[in-house]
Amino acid sequence: MRIGIPRALLYYYYYPMWKVFFEELGAEVVLSSQSTKGILAQGLKYAVDEVCLPVKLSYGHVLELAEQVDFIFLPRLVSVEHRKYICPKFLGLPDMIRRLDKMAPLIDVNVNLYRKNVDLYKAVKKAGSCLTGNKLKIWKAYHRSIVALQKYFRLLQLGLIPEEALAVLENRVKNEPLPYPVELNIAVIGHPYNIYDSYISMNLIKRLRSMGAAVYTAEQVPEKIIKRYAARLPKKLFWTLGQRMLGAASHYLDRPDISGIVHVAAFGCGPDSMTGDLIERQARAMNAPFLNLTLDEHTGEAGVLTRIEAFLDMVRWKQAGVVGL
Amino acid sequence: MRLTFPHMGNLHIPLKAMLQYLGADVVVPPPSSKKTLTLGVKYAPEFACMPFKLNLGNFIEARELGADTVVMAGGCGPCRFGYYAQIEHAILKDIGCDMQLIVLEPPEKHISEFILKVRQIAGTRSWWQVIQAIRFGYQKARAVDLLEIASFKARPRELVPGATELAYRQGLALIDGATSSVELKEANKKALRIISGVTQDHSRPVLKIGLIGEIYTLLEPFSNHNLERRLGSLGVEVDRSIYLSEWVNDHLFLGLIKGLRSKNEACAAAAPYLRHFVGGHGQETIGSAVNYARAGYDGVIQVFPFTCMPEIVAKSVLPGVGGDFGIPFLTLIMDEQSGEAGLLTRLEAFVDLLARRKGIEEVVNR
Ligand code: SF4
Ligand code: SF4
Repeated sequence: MRIGIPRALLYYYYYPMWKVFFEELGAEVVLSSQSTKGILAQGLKYAVDEVCLPVKLSYGHVLELAEQVDFIFLPRLVSVEHRKYICPKFLGLPDMIRRLDKMAPLIDVNVNLYRKNVDLYKAVKKAGSCLTGNKLKIWKAYHRSIVALQKYFRLLQLGLIPEEALAVLENRVKNEPLPYPVELNIAVIGHPYNIYDSYISMNLIKRLRSMGAAVYTAEQVPEKIIKRYAARLPKKLFWTLGQRMLGAASHYLDRPDISGIVHVAAFGCGPDSMTGDLIERQARAMNAPFLNLTLDEHTGEAGVLTRIEAFLDMVRWKQAGVVGL
Repeated sequence: MRLTFPHMGNLHIPLKAMLQYLGADVVVPPPSSKKTLTLGVKYAPEFACMPFKLNLGNFIEARELGADTVVMAGGCGPCRFGYYAQIEHAILKDIGCDMQLIVLEPPEKHISEFILKVRQIAGTRSWWQVIQAIRFGYQKARAVDLLEIASFKARPRELVPGATELAYRQGLALIDGATSSVELKEANKKALRIISGVTQDHSRPVLKIGLIGEIYTLLEPFSNHNLERRLGSLGVEVDRSIYLSEWVNDHLFLGLIKGLRSKNEACAAAAPYLRHFVGGHGQETIGSAVNYARAGYDGVIQVFPFTCMPEIVAKSVLPGVGGDFGIPFLTLIMDEQSGEAGLLTRLEAFVDLLARRKGIEEVVNR
C-alpha cells in the first residue's frame, strides 16, 4: 500500500508523526518532491484564483502524488488544540481537492481537538483502519508516532528548521561546519508552510543566514512562552498559527538580542490580515525594525532580495547608533 | 453613554429598536457611503475584509455625531469576524478616536447567555424588560424581512420603474417608526399593503435567481452595488440565502423560534460537496445553492468580499453543484475598487444566458 503525503501546509509540523504511523502499519509513504515552479503551475491551473499561494501550492503537491499512490493522506485539520482553529481553508481542503479529476482516494479523517485532546485518537484510529483491522497495532503505531513527533518538536525548539530537523531524525546529517558567521539575530515570523518552503519563500531563511543573520522563528519558542505573551491580548486568538506567530513576535520584540522582525504573509491571507496588523502595531510602538513580505505567485525574487538587503542594512545602522532611526 | 453599532443592511432598524426599548441613547451611523469606505480603507489593514473597513468607517462617522461607545458582535472563529471588534478598537485608539467597546459574544449553549449580555448594556432594567426588548427587536427584524421579500417579488413585475423601491422605503420608515409591539403590528400591515399596492404585470415572465454567499455583502446594498435592485430591474425575482431574522434565530436564539428556514437545513444539503463547516456561511452557501437548484431556480449568484476565506472555499466546490444540477452560477467578488459598470455588464450577460436557457425572450431590455 502506497500512501502519499503532500509536502505542503502542515507537513512542516506533523510529517514525522504521519510517516512513522503509516510505516508502522506496513505502508510505504511517498512524499511529494520539493516545491518547484512546475508544481506551483499545476496548483495555479486547478485551484480557483482567489485561494492563497500555499493552498495553491498544496494542490500542485497533491496532483503530483495522485497517480503514484493508492491513497493520499489529507486530513481535515479542523483544530489541533483546545478552542482554536487553523484556517477556514484547512477546514475545506479535502472537499476542494476531492473534486479534481483523476484524484486518488483521500484519507481525509477529521482532526478536531477543539473540545478535547483525546479526540486525536479518534482520527488516528480511523486513518489506521484504512490499512489494518488490528486495533492493537494501530494503538502501538500511534504511540511510536507521537514519540517521533515529540523528538521533532524538540529539535525545532533547539533552533533547527524543519529541513534540518528531519535530516537529524532520518540520520541524513552531514557534519559540516556552520557555513555562516553570525553578526545579527533576526526573527522570521510567518506560517511554517510559507517560511520553510524554500521555493515560495524564495529561500528567505538561507538568504538571511548567508547575509550574516541568525534566524529565529516561532517554532523555536516554547509553548509556555507563546501562551504567556498571547495572554496579553484583549481577547484570545482562535487561530493556532496566529497565536504562535503573535506570541513569538512579542517575545522576540522583548529580547534585546533580536535586532529585527521579518513578517511573511501570503497575499490575501485572512488570519494574517488581523494578526499581522497586531504584530506590526506592536513593533511600531516599540520602534523595532520591521519588514513585511507578502508572497504571491507574482512576487519577484529580485525585489524581495533588495528589500531584505535594505532591511538588514537598516538594522545594522540602527545597531551602530546612526541617528535618525 | 451614547451607543453606536456597525451597519449591515437593515440591521439598524431592529438593533436601534432593541437598544431604545432599553432606554439607551443610540446614534445610528450615517448610511454606508463612499466616504465611509474611504475612511475605513485609510485606517484598516490592507487585507482586512471589506466589512471590517466599512465597520471602521461607520464608527468614525458615528463618533463625529457624538457616539462614544461601540456595540459589536463577537465570535469564536475560524473566520476573522470574531476578532474584528478588538482590532477595530485598537485602530480607533491609535487614531485618537478612543471609544468604549461592548462586545456581544454569541451564546454557545442557550439563549439565556445572550439575554445576560444584553442586560449588561441595559443597566438597571428588569429581566422582563430585557426580554421584551429582545423580542421587540426580533419582531422588527422579521417585519423588515417580510417587507423585503415582498419587494423582491414586486420589483421585476412593477409597471412603473422605481415604484417598488419607493413603496419599500415607505414601508421601512413605518416599521422603523413603530415604538411598541402594537404599533409595529399596524406598521407591518400597512407596509405590506403599500408594497402590494404597486401596480404589477403578473403575466410577465420572470427569472428566479438565488443569492448566496457572505452575510455582509448579501445584506448591505452599499457593499454589493444594490445587487437586488439591479436584478429586479432586469426582470429577476430574487431570494436570499440569509435573512436577518433567520440569522438572529440561528445564532442568537439558537433556533428557539420554529418554522423559520434554518442553517441546519442548508448545511445538510451541502454534505456531498462540503462536508464540514468552514466558518462564516461557507457551508450554507453550498447548501443553499443545492436547495435553490432543487426548488427550480434558474440560477444562483454568489457574492463575497475579496479575500473572504469561507466563501473562497465555497467557490472552489460550487462548480460541483452547478454541474450536478445543471444550474448556472455566477460569482461576484466585491472589493473597494470593484466598479459598477463592470458589474452591470456581467449581470446582464448572466441574466441573458438564463433567459435564453429558459426560452424567455424580452426579459432584458424590456
Ligand atoms: S492561514 Fe492564510 S495562508 Fe494559511 S491557508 Fe489560511 S489564508 Fe492561506
Ligand atoms: S465571513 Fe468573510 S468577510 Fe466575513 S469576516 Fe469572515 S472572512 Fe471576513
